Amino acid sequence: MQDCRAGQESFAALRQGHMDARVDRWETSVQSAPMPHDHSGDAHPHSLLPSDPALRVKALETVLVRRGLVDPAALDAIIDTYENKIGPKNGADVVARAWSDPGFRADLLADATATVSALGYYGRQGEHIVAVENTPETHNMVVCTLCSCYPWPLLGIPPAWYKSDAYRARAVREPRKVLADFGVALPPDTAVRVWDSTAEVRYLVIPMRPEGTDGLSREELAALVSRDSMIGTALAGAAA
Amino acid sequence: MSRPKEPAFAEPWHAQIFALTVHLSESGRFTWPGWAERFGATLARHGLARDLDGGDDYFIAWLETLETFMAETGAAPAPETAEVRARWEAAYLATPHGQPVHIDET
Repeated sequence: MQDCRAGQESFAALRQGHMDARVDRWETSVQSAPMPHDHSGDAHPHSLLPSDPALRVKALETVLVRRGLVDPAALDAIIDTYENKIGPKNGADVVARAWSDPGFRADLLADATATVSALGYYGRQGEHIVAVENTPETHNMVVCTLCSCYPWPLLGIPPAWYKSDAYRARAVREPRKVLADFGVALPPDTAVRVWDSTAEVRYLVIPMRPEGTDGLSREELAALVSRDSMIGTALAGAAA
Repeated sequence: MSRPKEPAFAEPWHAQIFALTVHLSESGRFTWPGWAERFGATLARHGLARDLDGGDDYFIAWLETLETFMAETGAAPAPETAEVRARWEAAYLATPHGQPVHIDET
């Protein structure tokens, strides 16, 4: 547990770095902005100026709406879906079902796309989902070296570290070291297999079911399945 | 197992550019693999200068990819987008704090 947290610290540090960079940009954009009026004695200072990229996004949206290519209500619906409705709990439900129902597990390993679609978890981009099962012999881990392809319907939006160059490069080159950063120590005779996602194929890791969980309900089992355990950078039942 | 719930998007504009892109793809403007190929190329180019951390820099690469793509297809020509961006900036600077900011679209 201790190691795991330490591993995440290093990625948290990465994250902190980007936050600082963003603040700098923000201040630059405010300072360089033209001042149309004198603020001294102004009872109503103007609205805070959004960052440059935020303004560019607004402009792009305005132009696309103007041409009838984008429906603002559809954008709100997409954001609501990814912020509130889709997340790792979907994937955890799938894993808990695989652990407790041999028939479901067989279907999932044979055709994950169809099996999770039947539960209402289907991709918006028509991608295929492949489930890869961890065993004492093989530990699976997922990356996208191209960009950040990820099983959205099952895990939601990927965390920043999944999208970082550090993870994307190192997961393939030195997966055991990356796992160590995350606090995962595998037995030496367990092979690590890294799956490189594409826009067409996204992977879901089925972690090994923790020992001593025989009597648990499906809901209790799902609570043991963290997001990271389904990416392969954590084990089920461990803090993530 | 208790852990704080991370927001899906760190910034509202990250969510907005993500939704714009998903919406355009779903309405048939481009395929997702076609998008991923362009986006991957931008990330690779940006990653040459320094390691991208997967936060703001990731979505800046995303935004640049969509701007270029939409300019190339004529859906959002660059001069028009730049002009609208300037109008949004002026609107923010001219609108008293706390009031909704808008630009006239007639």
